[in-house]
Amino acid sequence: MTFRIRKRRRIFVELICSQSRSSAVGTKGNSPVSNRLPAGAVDCEAKNMKENIYGLLAEFDTPTEMVEAANKIREAGYKKTDAFSPFPLHEIDEALGIKRSILPFLVLAGGVIGLLTGLGLTYFVHVYDYPIIVGGRPFFSLPSFIPPSFELTILFAAFTAVFGMILLNGLPQPYHPVFNVPRFALATREKFFLLIERRDEKFDYEETKSFMQSLNPQEVFDVEE
Amino acid sequence: MQDAQKLKTTERRLRPKMIEGEHTFGTVSDRIGGITLKRRTPFGWFIGFGIGFLIVQVLMSTITYLLFTGVGVFGNNQPVGWAVPIINFVWWIGIGHAGTLISAILLLLNQKWRTSINRFAEAMTLFAVACAGLFPLLHTGRPWLAYWMFPYPSTMGMWPQFRSPLIWDVFAVSTYATVSLLFWYVGLIPDIATLRDRAKNKYFKIAYGLLSMGWRGSARHWHRYEIAYLLLAGLSTPLVLSVHSIVSLDFSVSQVPGWHATIFPPYFVAGAIFAGFAMVLILCIPLRVWYNLKDFITDAHLIYMGKVMLATGLIVVYGYAMELFFGWYSATEYERFMIYNRVWGGPYWWFYWLLILCNGVSIQFLWFKRFRESAFWLFIISLIVSVGMWLERFVIIITSLHRDFLPSSWGMYSPTMWDVSMFVGTLGLFLTLVFLFVRFLPVISIFEIRTLLPQANVHGHSEDFEENVIDVQDTEKT
Repeated sequence: MTFRIRKRRRIFVELICSQSRSSAVGTKGNSPVSNRLPAGAVDCEAKNMKENIYGLLAEFDTPTEMVEAANKIREAGYKKTDAFSPFPLHEIDEALGIKRSILPFLVLAGGVIGLLTGLGLTYFVHVYDYPIIVGGRPFFSLPSFIPPSFELTILFAAFTAVFGMILLNGLPQPYHPVFNVPRFALATREKFFLLIERRDEKFDYEETKSFMQSLNPQEVFDVEE
Repeated sequence: MQDAQKLKTTERRLRPKMIEGEHTFGTVSDRIGGITLKRRTPFGWFIGFGIGFLIVQVLMSTITYLLFTGVGVFGNNQPVGWAVPIINFVWWIGIGHAGTLISAILLLLNQKWRTSINRFAEAMTLFAVACAGLFPLLHTGRPWLAYWMFPYPSTMGMWPQFRSPLIWDVFAVSTYATVSLLFWYVGLIPDIATLRDRAKNKYFKIAYGLLSMGWRGSARHWHRYEIAYLLLAGLSTPLVLSVHSIVSLDFSVSQVPGWHATIFPPYFVAGAIFAGFAMVLILCIPLRVWYNLKDFITDAHLIYMGKVMLATGLIVVYGYAMELFFGWYSATEYERFMIYNRVWGGPYWWFYWLLILCNGVSIQFLWFKRFRESAFWLFIISLIVSVGMWLERFVIIITSLHRDFLPSSWGMYSPTMWDVSMFVGTLGLFLTLVFLFVRFLPVISIFEIRTLLPQANVHGHSEDFEENVIDVQDTEKT
């Protein structure tokens, strides 16, 4: 019992801090795929690696190098790409062809809903459900209802902005294959990374790898799934 | 005329550097992240935290005694029904405003110097709002029924009275607290990810791992992140202006002479920013020394804050002048008596002159470079301003209430020891929260500091950026 709890806790810890691991859980040696492969197959390791791969990751030292490389990747026709940097870089959106997010429209909708909620609530309370005369004002005394409606507008819009951003980004996501690369811990510190995913139509392990190496990176890593 | 060689040189005046010393993305992360990730907590931290925590016990005892006895333990009584608790509420809420101003309004105005101070200014906002919230909550007498102030379909069939400024206050302050928390947290996500990747301690790894939600700095994430951050700034700007406006409506919607003035909303907002900048200076001057952060919070930052304090202080002084003018121009005997009673005729006249000394006279020193450029004098002036802003609320609230329309109902007010211990207790709570924040979260926004480094600009250096150039002069030398 204790053992199981401990084990679960360890798995939890590993999931949460997945990027601090040097090798991923359940890849290569102990993965079911490699166990089923016939022993003695010569290209077993290489083939296996290809099948386990999520994509290829190239490391760069400066933002300028990464943006230039990203431009070349886009020109080469890769679509399923991503870039990782320790701070926002506006140039990368254009380089990778990232479309403008719909978030502002969601926030506008959130604000309008907040405003309608505020006006609706005050109308419902003071005109319909609990009409009471205060200071000789009409039941629907709009000027007095502006402050609560305004605050609800801001509140709803702010909630939409924050949770819209988090959910559109697919967060919280404690595990992601790129965390399997130990050097990736530097993406939140000082290094810049470019990723080409395997699910890209143009992806071919050997070809893509040599293409990425031609972009002059510090190093190219295989990202294990 | 000689045909001398003409040398055309271009002189460019640049804005002061916002980061001093030689820094790279890595050293910035280490210097700021290192404060939290250091193996040993500095001894001084325990002393500071210990003092704060001891004072929190004063707050706890006060709250316990208050809840067992009732609000009668405070000095509030007729005719001064609103007294020190609401002074403290307004004082704390006002202090919070500078945090939002720095993080939102200065972001929209593209002021780069906000970057070094926005994180702990926002934290200060949150802690100040938490302290502020305690006063109205406990002043209700039965805080366990505070949820009655929110609109919900209750079995009593009753609703809040939305025409009352006090209910506007509930909406404004709770929205302000929520949005400030969201803004602060969103700003923290990338920095917590940095700490997560550098933490050695298992529990820190788990905590930072959970809080960072798996942030990995993807370009698509940054894209949406920046949109959300800018939108939040745009939403917080009218919000922060509305909060203190609504707080001022608590007074100006009533008909008490001294409260019923149209100048209140802008005058309160300016006062709030004034008090808030004073508190930011009080916090950041020791912080940058103790944690060796002078590279990021430079002298230029302090000078800018001093200037903002001077500007908002002058608006506040203008507000005082207008109050006097309104009293005279109203041609109402009650308003004229209120001014006479406040300034020289009443028993609290010396509070008024102390206020003018603290808020009006002390800031005039900021006109001079010698005081503006000295961290010591800025610190002293900020302390004086903090006292002054407390006195301002005392003058507005107490001197207006204690002698209103009917001389037969005049009275005097003095706070009890529980009024004092509650206020001192919230100072302790504030101090404790600040120390916890400094210990466990990055005090300066690491990722935004990285963007200020020259090497962060794709294709070029920051000196070439137009926004850093104040003016260009072409001089010809022969």
